[in-house]
Amino acid sequence: MITVQNLHKKFAANTVLNGIDMQIEKGQSMAIIGGSGTGKSVLLKCILGLETHDSGKIFINGEESSKLDKNKFLSNFGMLFQNAALFDSLSVWKNVAFRLTQGPNKIPEKQAKDIAIEKLRRVGLTPDVGDKFPAELSGGMQKRVGLARAIAANPEIIFFDEPTTGLDPIMSGVINELIREIVVEMGATAMTITHDMSSVRAIADKVIMLHNGRVQWSGDIKELEKSQNPYLNQFLKGNAEGPIEAVR
Amino acid sequence: MKVFNKLLRSIGSSVLAFCSSVGRIVIFALNAILHLVRPPFYGREVLSQLMQIGFYSLPVVGLTALFTGAALALQIYSGGVRFSAESVVPSIVAIGMVRELGPVLGGLMVAGRVSSSIAAELGTMRVTEQLDALVTLSTDPMKYLVAPRVLAATIAMPILVAVGDTIGILGGYLVGTGRLGFNSNNYLQNTVDFMELEDITSGLAKAAVFGFIIALMGCYHGYNSGRGAQGVGKATINAVVSASVMILAANYVLTEAFF
Ligand SMILES: Nc1ncnc2c1ncn2[C@@H]1O[C@H](COP(=O)(O)OP(=O)(O)OP(=O)(O)O)[C@@H](O)[C@H]1O
Ligand SMILES: [Mg+2]
Repeated sequence: MITVQNLHKKFAANTVLNGIDMQIEKGQSMAIIGGSGTGKSVLLKCILGLETHDSGKIFINGEESSKLDKNKFLSNFGMLFQNAALFDSLSVWKNVAFRLTQGPNKIPEKQAKDIAIEKLRRVGLTPDVGDKFPAELSGGMQKRVGLARAIAANPEIIFFDEPTTGLDPIMSGVINELIREIVVEMGATAMTITHDMSSVRAIADKVIMLHNGRVQWSGDIKELEKSQNPYLNQFLKGNAEGPIEAVR
Repeated sequence: MKVFNKLLRSIGSSVLAFCSSVGRIVIFALNAILHLVRPPFYGREVLSQLMQIGFYSLPVVGLTALFTGAALALQIYSGGVRFSAESVVPSIVAIGMVRELGPVLGGLMVAGRVSSSIAAELGTMRVTEQLDALVTLSTDPMKYLVAPRVLAATIAMPILVAVGDTIGILGGYLVGTGRLGFNSNNYLQNTVDFMELEDITSGLAKAAVFGFIIALMGCYHGYNSGRGAQGVGKATINAVVSASVMILAANYVLTEAFF
C-alpha cells in the first residue's frame, strides 16, 4: 500500500506538485492521467526517492519513506521509465536480466538468459532481439525491453511511465493485457502513467487525474465516464475548450 | 562604490562556491572509498575498467614518454655541455623521467583520455535516467560504476607510468647514442648506477594518486552532470580541467613530501 499526503515539490520557481494526496491499496492497479508537464513522472520519482520532495509525507506499507529500508523495498520493485532508460553498454538480454545477475540472490547466467528471453517474448519481442544492443532498436522496441526489465524479477510493486506511448494499436493492446495479467495473476500493485484512454480502461481499477499540482479527480474506473468533473470531461473528450487552458 | 560592492560580492560567492564543491568532492571521494571496502564487489567491472583505463591508454602514455625522454636528453646535453658535464645526461634523463615527467605527463595525458570519457559516460547515464534505473534495480551506482573506475585507475596508473618511464628512458637512450655520441654500454650503465629505489617508488606512488584523481574527477562531474547534452559537455570539460589542475597541485605536494 502506498499513501501520499500533501506532497509538495518545486524546481527553482516552478511549482510542480502542490499538495498531492493519494492512496493505492495492495494488489490494485492505478492509472495516473493528466496533461503533459503536470508532474506525473516527478510524482513517481518522489515516491521512489529519486527526487527529494519539499514537504509532505509518503508511506509505503505503513512506513514513512525516510525511515523505510530502501533495499528491501526496491528488491520487490520494478519500474519502466518514460524513455526506457536502458543501459546502452549492455545487450538487450543483459538489460532484462540485470536484477537477476546482480546482487546476493543472483542466478547462473544461462538461467537468467532463459528468463530474459521469456520476458521478451511476453512483450512481443523475438529471442534474436536479446543479443542486440539498445541503440539498435526502435523507440517502441526499447520501451518494451524496459517493460520486460521492470517485470523480470516478478516484482510486487510496479511503476509504468507511459508503457504504450510509441506503440502501434495492436502492440498497445498486447501490453495492456500484459499489465492487467501481472496485476491479476501475480497480485502486483501497479501505478501506470498514461495518456492513452483505452489503456486506462483496460488496466485500471482506480484513476487519478493531476492538474495544477493537485489531484483534480480521483475515483473508481466505473465512475470515470459518469463523472461531471469539468476537468476530467475535457480531458476525456480531448476538447481544446474548457477549464484546462491550452496555450496556443 | 557600487562597482566595488559588486566585485566583492562576486568574489565572495565564487569563494563560497569553491569551498562547497571542495566539500562535496571530499564527501564523494570518501563515499567511493567506503564502497570499495564494503561488499558486494563488482570484480568483473573492475577488470573491464582496467582494460578500458589501463590497457587502452598504453599508446598515448608510451608515445608521450618516448618523445619526452628524447627531448629531455637533448636539453640536458645542451645544458650540461656548458660546464663539461655531458656525462650526466643518462642519469638525469632517467631520474627526471621516473621522479617527475613520467607520472606528471602520463597523468595529464590519461586525464585527457580517461576523465573525459568517464564524465561523458556517467553524464549520459545521468541524463538518460540510467543512473535512476540502476537504483530501481537495487544497484548502487556508486558501487557499480564509481568504485570500480576509481579502483581500476588507481591500479592502472602506476603500471602505465612504469611502462612509460621505461619507454622514456629508451627515448633518451636512442637520442643519446644516435645523436649525441654516447657509447651504448656506458649510457645504460650510467642510467642504472645513479638510480635509487626511492626515485622509482616515489614516482609510482604519485602515479597511483594521479590515477585516483583522474577517475574521481571523471565520476564526480559525470555523476552530477547537468541536464541535456549541454550538461554532459560541461561535465566533461570540468572533469578534464579539474583533474589536470589537481594532478599538478598534488604533484607539488607529493614532491615536497618525498623531498
Ligand atoms: N530535474 C528537473 N529539473 C527541473 N525541472 C524539472 C525536472 N524534472 C521535471 N521538471 C519539471 O517538472 C514539470 C513536470 O515534469 P514531468 O516530467 O513530471 O511531467 P509529466 O507529467 O510526466 O509530463 P509528460 O506527460 O509529458 O511526461 C515540468 O514542468 C518539468 O519542466
Ligand atoms: Mg512524464
